[in-house]
Amino acid sequence: MSVSVAAPPRAGTLGTNASRPDGIAKVQGGFAFSSDMWAENMLWGATLRSPHPFARIVSIDVSAAWKINGVETIVTADDVPGVNAYGLIVQDQPVFARVGDLVRYSGEPIAAVAADHPETCKRALEAIKVEYEVFDPVVDPEECIAGRAPEIHPHGNVFRHQRIVTGDPSVTGDVVVEGDYEIGMQDQAFLGLEAALAIPDSGGDGVELYIATQWLHEDRKQIAACLGLPEDKVRLVLGGVGGAFGAREDISLQVHTCLLALRTGRPVRIAYGREESFYGHVHRHPARIWMRHHATRDGRIVKIESRMVFDGGAYCSTSPAVLINGITHTQGPYKCDNAVVDGFAVRTNNPPCGAMRGFGVVQACYAHESQMDKLAAACGVDPVEIRLLNAMETGDKLITGQVVDSVAPVEECIRATAAIPLPPDLPSDADFRDIPGGSGRTADRSHIRRGIGWGVSIKNLMYSEGFDDYSTARCRISNGVVSIKFATAEVGQGFVMLAQQIARTVLGVDEVLLDTIDTQVGSAGSTSASRQTWMSGGAVNAACVAVRDKVLAHVAQYNDLDAENLVVDGTEIVDIRGTFRKPVAEVIRHLEVDETAEYHHPPTEDLDENGQGNCHVAFAFVAHRAVVDVDPELGLVKVVQVATAQDVGRVLNPLSCVGQVEGGIAQGLGLAVMEEIVVTNGKVRNPSFTDYLLPTFLDAPDVEAVFIEEFEPKSPLGAKGVGEPPCISVTPAIANAIRNATGRELPRVPIRPYDVCL
Amino acid sequence: MSVALPTSVDEVVDLLVRNPSATLLAGGTDLMVEVNLHGRRPTDVVALNRVAELRTWSVDSSRRTVTIGSGVPYAEMETGELARLLPALAEAARTVGSPQIRAAGTLGGNLGTCSPAGDGLPVLAALEASIDVVGPNGSRQVHFADFMVGVKRNSLRPSEFVRSVTFPLNDGWQGYAKVGTRNAMVIATASVCLVRTNDHVAVALGAVGPTIIRANGAEAWLAANHRMSSPPSNDTLAEFGRLVREASRPIDDHRSTAAYRRHAVGVLAQRLLTRSYS
Ligand SMILES: Cc1cc2nc3c(=O)[nH]c(=O)nc-3n(C[C@H](O)[C@H](O)[C@H](O)COP(=O)(O)OP(=O)(O)OC[C@H]3O[C@@H](n4cnc5c(N)ncnc54)[C@H](O)[C@@H]3O)c2cc1C
Repeated sequence: MSVSVAAPPRAGTLGTNASRPDGIAKVQGGFAFSSDMWAENMLWGATLRSPHPFARIVSIDVSAAWKINGVETIVTADDVPGVNAYGLIVQDQPVFARVGDLVRYSGEPIAAVAADHPETCKRALEAIKVEYEVFDPVVDPEECIAGRAPEIHPHGNVFRHQRIVTGDPSVTGDVVVEGDYEIGMQDQAFLGLEAALAIPDSGGDGVELYIATQWLHEDRKQIAACLGLPEDKVRLVLGGVGGAFGAREDISLQVHTCLLALRTGRPVRIAYGREESFYGHVHRHPARIWMRHHATRDGRIVKIESRMVFDGGAYCSTSPAVLINGITHTQGPYKCDNAVVDGFAVRTNNPPCGAMRGFGVVQACYAHESQMDKLAAACGVDPVEIRLLNAMETGDKLITGQVVDSVAPVEECIRATAAIPLPPDLPSDADFRDIPGGSGRTADRSHIRRGIGWGVSIKNLMYSEGFDDYSTARCRISNGVVSIKFATAEVGQGFVMLAQQIARTVLGVDEVLLDTIDTQVGSAGSTSASRQTWMSGGAVNAACVAVRDKVLAHVAQYNDLDAENLVVDGTEIVDIRGTFRKPVAEVIRHLEVDETAEYHHPPTEDLDENGQGNCHVAFAFVAHRAVVDVDPELGLVKVVQVATAQDVGRVLNPLSCVGQVEGGIAQGLGLAVMEEIVVTNGKVRNPSFTDYLLPTFLDAPDVEAVFIEEFEPKSPLGAKGVGEPPCISVTPAIANAIRNATGRELPRVPIRPYDVCL
Repeated sequence: MSVALPTSVDEVVDLLVRNPSATLLAGGTDLMVEVNLHGRRPTDVVALNRVAELRTWSVDSSRRTVTIGSGVPYAEMETGELARLLPALAEAARTVGSPQIRAAGTLGGNLGTCSPAGDGLPVLAALEASIDVVGPNGSRQVHFADFMVGVKRNSLRPSEFVRSVTFPLNDGWQGYAKVGTRNAMVIATASVCLVRTNDHVAVALGAVGPTIIRANGAEAWLAANHRMSSPPSNDTLAEFGRLVREASRPIDDHRSTAAYRRHAVGVLAQRLLTRSYS
């Protein structure tokens, strides 16, 4: 893996491989994840869930459970003191399904218990008798769109319908290609399972929750509403987070844990196992996408038509926003003047779906990149050429009418990726581990065909459609020590390290303390949408700059200098016009400075009825080229290499960027060839890591990455978010490579062995 | 819950006679999944890993057999002398789980669980291994074909357990291949063990029926129509593959489809037969 870095800056500052403050503890196993939390006198909580995807609760009988020794409390919908509903966009999801009401997905919470031991909880759950009137689940989104399905929820069966019409809808092209595509339901599959510890205030009128989440303040808002408490009576502290990928944006066990703690007056801990985790969080939307491209004879895109249907499952979560991301990215990173797009996000009795890395763009990209290869074939042009021919540039207009004013190095990404050497051919004496089928020894060298495929993508950064997802940070100097406080959820991405890098760079100190990540400071917004480097990075930067300016003003005043001429140079304060030079550490030894800053991105707009409007903040681009070996007769695949060039604005920490790229590629590979929650009639059939397959080391390809560094002037640090792009176009790149090797159409991901060979 | 830690086979028998419902624990790689994931709550556990005899293997050169204790972990079968003697078993062992699982998992446990997808089992079936079962009335030798009687069902009687497995050694070729949707750490969606000697080819199919299936029709057809000394023609391979597919009785489930499993065992058998000549 190659990484280009400019002249070496001071250790630990921006641009260096600063080491993570949590790194050693994580590697050695000493880091406390939220599932490791414990409190004196603690009780265990557990959740009773509906086995049915669609049913009416006739009765709940908890009397037998109460009689079990060690059971301290049992709560149902009747015990929810505030609103029995939560949700990120609309509050349509009950804390517990109520007697007389419906359960809308298999796994929906009905009651929770707190007891002295997990075993007692288990027995108590088994003793609760729930009588259901079971209905046939609604599982076909088209039935919901057509209005033929029974109403699943008073809010209706369609979360959102949005059109995009731009340019001249009647134009046609010389060349027309179309396809029906399907994307399966992927799980975020973080390794650190959901876990929380709630500690009630002694008076019982408040609660402190230690929780692994992506956005503390949003959680607090929803929890407080459900508990009927003012927000300042609900304090959240970030528990150690073992991955998130979107699955921790929604409420899962937060309200249940607090409720049990408030009812018992004792600390309560809930920790999901892997199976419950599959029911406890939202997944990536399965989608069906029809897409038709019109192009000139030589391959220039003239018009795109599409219809996208996202199955949001039982509750709204972020479905409306996922839909908008999907349809507004229909064109991909290509110029297109005319478009007609119709998008639906619908409610069914399938598991609820919401945020996952790539957020709607993954689905759209799989379709448009499949289309680009079809278009290349129809025009007799190379897949790389067709993409270069149509590549978007800064200043181009999206189909929403929004002008792309971000740095848009699409052509550079494609060319830099193409310049990465292809891997050598599979040798005739290849080790079985390097051949598709791996340790199963299914194939010999002669059975294998190699394929190459491309995928290029555009991804919006930050929240859209008028949302002010600002971030807050506080920087303090006290007794010569610099400390930073923020509520930014560290979910593994390394913001804790970046915050230190920023402070070291701006303030010229080496030691930077990080305060507890909790709700005792303003909101940071969510750790999602590739936004924290930009947003919380911007806030930390602003707070540090404010403190630095105070320090420089102080130095100027006491040394009779002009603050305008003072700069931090390395670890010293220097007068650029004179001879003054003093170590920062010495200057701040007796200073007390405390500054809090908010960073807001420029405002965005809603889309109008034709899908027009400046709804997104900024964009990042990436190209992927996948090389695969395929065993066409058995349908087995080994991804040999993924080459990628990613538009990152500026590399702030090379190792972190590489980590995001390699991890994202593994996740996109998972969606391409193996990761799928199999749902039949509303029921998850593989809620375990035995059957929900994640890529192993033998499945992960060699990754060759190049970063395209063009300073993004809109970004406070010149850097773009790097989290989501790696996992978006790699999926179609792999699919295109398998198509290239086999000649099959393969309109669906994950591509299953039998899709390839039967 | 009680846990007994016997150190000899006799002690194990005693414990099982006293408490026929006790649960045996070998590597725990199946049992602990039962406990942690499926809520199984054994009341009495008999742990086998201190019984040294179960963790050894030996060669009987006069009878030309290898006997492997039921507690020998897969890691020991993957390489070294055992792998040289029983290459198909080594290949099957290598496909089991991850290094951690192979360090703990055993043939005794594979036989105790008796899943149609158990990777050791097709090897036992194709090599016609015999299973040394010990119980209150001493020991008895059970052919693998009589041992596995259904999905996760074996013919062990109350208070019996598996002491060892004896494999005949032969000069022929043997190999194992397994299809899963991932390149490692995956449950078989279809697997085949093929053993070719001078006059016979044995084929055992995994994960395509309630038990491991011997493709008797395909074996007989080959014996009658194929000269074992030379590689198979394309026509021979086609017919052989067809008969293997015909022998399978797969199902559709969330892991794969019956059609794919049937197809896959045919392909694997053909490839293994071809491989046996290379
Ligand atoms: C992550 C993971 C991956 C796996 N991958 C594979 C795979 O790829 N292929 C595969 O085949 N299996 C796989 N397994 C299953 C398991 O590893 C094997 O079945 C293994 O052979 C079980 O052996 P064990 O010693 O761990 O058995 P245990 O779990 O100790 O016991 C299993 C059962 O056998 C009984 N038992 C144990 N010893 C005896 C005996 N001597 N006599 C009679 N009954 C006995 C026990 O009572 C229990 O019912 C996997 C398991 C895990 C957790």
